[in-house]
Amino acid sequence: MSAGLTARALALRLDGRRLFRPLDLAVAPGEVLLLTGPSGSGKSSLLLALCGLLPARFQLEGDWWLDGQDLRGLPPESRHLGLLFQEALLLPHLTVGENLGFALPRRPGETRQARRARIAATLAEAQLADYGERDPATLSGGQRARVALLRTLLSGPRALLLDEPFAALDPVLRAEIRALVAAQVRRAALPCLLVSHDPAEAAALGAKTIKLLPES
Amino acid sequence: MLLLVLPVASGLGSLLLAALGLWAPLGATNGAATVWQDLFDAPGLWPAVARSLTSGFAATLLALAATLLLLAGAGLRLRRWLGRLVAPLVAVPPLAVAVGLAFLIAPSGWIARLLSPWATGWQRPPDLLLLNDPAGLALILGLAVKETPFLLLVALAGLGEGEVERRLLVARSLGQGPAAAWFKVALPALYPKLRWPLYAVLAYGLGTYEVALVLGPTQPPTLAVLLLTWAQDPSLALWPRAAAGSLLQVLLVALALLVWRQGERRLGRLGRAWAARGGRGRLGWSRAGGGLAWLLLLLGLGALLVLPLWSLAGQWRFPAALPQLWSAELWQRQGPLVASTLGGTALLALATTGLALLLTLLALEHETLSGRPAGRGATLLLYLPLLAPPVALALGWGAALAGARAIGSWPALLWSHLVYVLPYVFIALAGPWRRIDPRHALSARALGLRRGAVFWRVRLPLARAPLLAAAAIGIAVSVALYLPTLVAGGGRFPTLATEAVALSSGGDRRLLAALALLQALLPLLAFLLALSLGRPRRFRRPPQGAIT
Amino acid sequence: MRRFLLAVALAVGLGGGAGANDTSQPTSDWAAMLAAAKGQTVYFNAWGGDERINAYIAWAGAELQERFGVTLIHVKLADTADAVSRVVAERAAGADQAGSIDLIWINGANFAAMRQGALLYGPFVQRLPAAERLDLAGNPALTHDFTVPTDGYEAPWGGALFNVIYDSATVAEPPADLAALLAWATAHPGRFSYPAPPDFIGTTFLKQVLYALAPPGTDLTRPPADAAAFATATAPLWAWLDRLHPQLWRGGQVFPPSGPALRQLLSDGEVDFALSFNPGDADSARRQGLLPNSVRAYLLDQGGLANTHFLAIPYNARAAAGALVAIDFLLSPEAQARKADPQIWGDPPVLDPARLDQLSALLPPPLTTLAGALPPPLPEPHPAWTEQLEAAWLERYAR
Repeated sequence: MSAGLTARALALRLDGRRLFRPLDLAVAPGEVLLLTGPSGSGKSSLLLALCGLLPARFQLEGDWWLDGQDLRGLPPESRHLGLLFQEALLLPHLTVGENLGFALPRRPGETRQARRARIAATLAEAQLADYGERDPATLSGGQRARVALLRTLLSGPRALLLDEPFAALDPVLRAEIRALVAAQVRRAALPCLLVSHDPAEAAALGAKTIKLLPES
Repeated sequence: MLLLVLPVASGLGSLLLAALGLWAPLGATNGAATVWQDLFDAPGLWPAVARSLTSGFAATLLALAATLLLLAGAGLRLRRWLGRLVAPLVAVPPLAVAVGLAFLIAPSGWIARLLSPWATGWQRPPDLLLLNDPAGLALILGLAVKETPFLLLVALAGLGEGEVERRLLVARSLGQGPAAAWFKVALPALYPKLRWPLYAVLAYGLGTYEVALVLGPTQPPTLAVLLLTWAQDPSLALWPRAAAGSLLQVLLVALALLVWRQGERRLGRLGRAWAARGGRGRLGWSRAGGGLAWLLLLLGLGALLVLPLWSLAGQWRFPAALPQLWSAELWQRQGPLVASTLGGTALLALATTGLALLLTLLALEHETLSGRPAGRGATLLLYLPLLAPPVALALGWGAALAGARAIGSWPALLWSHLVYVLPYVFIALAGPWRRIDPRHALSARALGLRRGAVFWRVRLPLARAPLLAAAAIGIAVSVALYLPTLVAGGGRFPTLATEAVALSSGGDRRLLAALALLQALLPLLAFLLALSLGRPRRFRRPPQGAIT
Repeated sequence: MRRFLLAVALAVGLGGGAGANDTSQPTSDWAAMLAAAKGQTVYFNAWGGDERINAYIAWAGAELQERFGVTLIHVKLADTADAVSRVVAERAAGADQAGSIDLIWINGANFAAMRQGALLYGPFVQRLPAAERLDLAGNPALTHDFTVPTDGYEAPWGGALFNVIYDSATVAEPPADLAALLAWATAHPGRFSYPAPPDFIGTTFLKQVLYALAPPGTDLTRPPADAAAFATATAPLWAWLDRLHPQLWRGGQVFPPSGPALRQLLSDGEVDFALSFNPGDADSARRQGLLPNSVRAYLLDQGGLANTHFLAIPYNARAAAGALVAIDFLLSPEAQARKADPQIWGDPPVLDPARLDQLSALLPPPLTTLAGALPPPLPEPHPAWTEQLEAAWLERYAR
């Protein structure tokens, strides 16, 4: 078994009906794989299914591994799959810093100051040094997307699953965030699965593409 | 759900037994035929039925018309402002509204005092039939004053922000006048959200006893009041008659709801035809109709204002506009009593509301986790206690609770309040809870939170404001309950509601005003608290010159 | 003062038969009763419409707690019938030991109903040490409630006398009898009313009229023989009311729901008269600022209807011993004198002055509202009259 995310004959059923043709995957650490397909083809649902977050009406078939480990029996919170949506979904009742703290696992014996310092350092690295106390609602779209990405990375994921993460951004921001994601994926050596209906993303990210084909 | 069905079923079930002559106090069973014959021969039955029906329908239509006409002319800003204005009015218990309104509009009331003698020439109150009139006009007015804020609040929540505005803009750009656009475009979207609350309003109008007792006709009164007098007759012989009458009342309410349902269907069809015909009516009269709503809201406010005046009046003879002598003596003398009653009332309200919130959250969280939303049947179940006539229900409970030897126990009291509090809390919380973006929870799970933690750290904080609002509504409902408290508590649990009614039988207007005021203040306080605690958290202001 | 007290005493029949020939000596087991009562909680179901009465009951509760360790809780009723129907419901449900009411303030139709349904504990009056201070043998007003013998199932607590209240500032010469009242009402339309029966003040007004107008030979102390007898006896009453009603407040279309509500109308100046069953009512209402200082109370020339109000214990009371101790205390000279004080309540006492030197010493300063030579009181008719009058009134005027 190899490092990264691999899958064999992966398929998704809704109420017993298969949504797309079974597919095989292999995403190495630091590599991005783009999943495309028409809307309703089940690509977003596939990400949720990998995280274990779909209701029982959906069934995921086939075998898949992360770094050689079978995650299927684990509850979502123990799979360590970083999931990002089109919207940042920052919690409105928490500050930016608290949103990061929300995801940051507690280390045994770590003081509150030390945690705070880690969060501050993370923000500083992303050019958001003074934003820790801010209300997420006052951030721009690009800032929000960056904070969401930071939040996911802070949770210590072993892979990244992104659901149309750039769709809501204007072209300039989109390029910026895309570059940031690519850099972080490389830096943290995470396998990354990205869902988009826009095949042009693949070229921009230098990623392989797999197209979901409807069950015929 | 059993929690909601069981009380209603047990109450109505024991009524059925009594009405069929199968169960009678003191074992004097005469059989069903005699009981019903006795009911139909009872003096005043049919006029009472007619008076209940007319006042229930008229008040509901009046409140609905006022609500719609006011909203037809209201922009987004006015709507926001209205929302803040009516929320506290909704919290005021019906008895307090009725008492305040009576103090306001009676021939010797505040309005007449303010206008006399300089405008009217009255040195003594005129002999005018303004309260308790046989046609029930005062009752209709009182119910409309009570219900208009409620319907407004529901409508405002249903309209939401923005979306209706866009629809209206489209209609306006297609050449419709503002009011016509509103009725053709906004109302069809709004009405489904008003439907069940309207049923509750209609059922309340048909079944109310507090408002009818103060403002309603007397010879004979409405059916609800008539039933109470029978149930309280010392000769005890009238109990089966009261039970049969209660069943008749249940039937009437069911019928009235069916009639309303038919009416709304037909009007809906007519409305669609009207919209499709493409006319360009201006509906200028609707502006005048908005004035009606303002009048009702003003009367509600006035009713609240006159209460503290009377509670502080030492001597206040007609036609003085304000008390000639002020006195806080009443408050001093009644202080200890008021404090203990207030404490008991608040404790009961908090316990009931806490339990209702717990059950509601359990149900909603279960719904969220299982992914199965409640269907139409569940809505009916939820509204069942609000649609069942309160007098009928209370009479039935009295019998059922006595059977279980539970009268006067805390569980019985809590239960009787929960039946009314739970639906309101559930209705208030379910909408906002279901609107929480489910992806927040998904994202939190992926970030490493357990299921339970998602509930505590994500959904609960996100629903903080509606949660507090639901709690305030629950407290308001509990504080207002009179008959259930009396029946289930066996009279042993004095609350502001029971004390207000007991003391009102003594006719001391100052005391009654004080108790009605307190009864209004407790929910108002809860609402203010909910508003201030439910405000979005205040964050540090963005740094100067920051580009955001 | 003497004159007034005498009037009240006459009204409740206290004056009759001053001899102390009671022989029963019930106090042998009273010590045991006191021991049993200690620590009990007595739920006293009593009309709660008058804050002065409520305050008096609160005082009694505090005293009972201190002296006998009995906790008295006043369950304030809007209508005594509430309590009666509660006991009925408990009986129907078989709650024969676990009643929610221990003590009840009662008289008239409520008592008759409970007695008939065997819903009362007793007979207990002879077991009270206080029975010695009551002239039970010589004074029928203490042993008959609306002509129904009490048989020791309720203890007298206070007296009542039907009287009329008016504002001397607006009415110089109040009508002395019913004919004058009708004439006055016709001359001043819209300024007289009476509470709608079955409110007890309203029903009492009907009985007062019935006394004056019933054909000679009508025996009101017994139930009417049949429907025809009732119709004959009441025909003049209905004729009189038919003439009165168009002249009433609101044209007789609406009636105030209760005596206190009528008093409120008098206070607002909407009507010129109020009706009351408590001879101290006008006085205490004045002192509370509920009525102007110029109000006066008087009796119609025919005399005022008089009755007694009582204390009873439901058959299923949980704290019967405590209730007995409470009743005994409420009949103590001290409690009765305090009750008679117009500053406190102004309710006429039921103790026999002849047996009690200390009572006179304890009695309060005089009431001033009832003045002049008082006509003799009228006894209550049999409850059957009450019931049929109420039903017939509703039939005629509330259909």
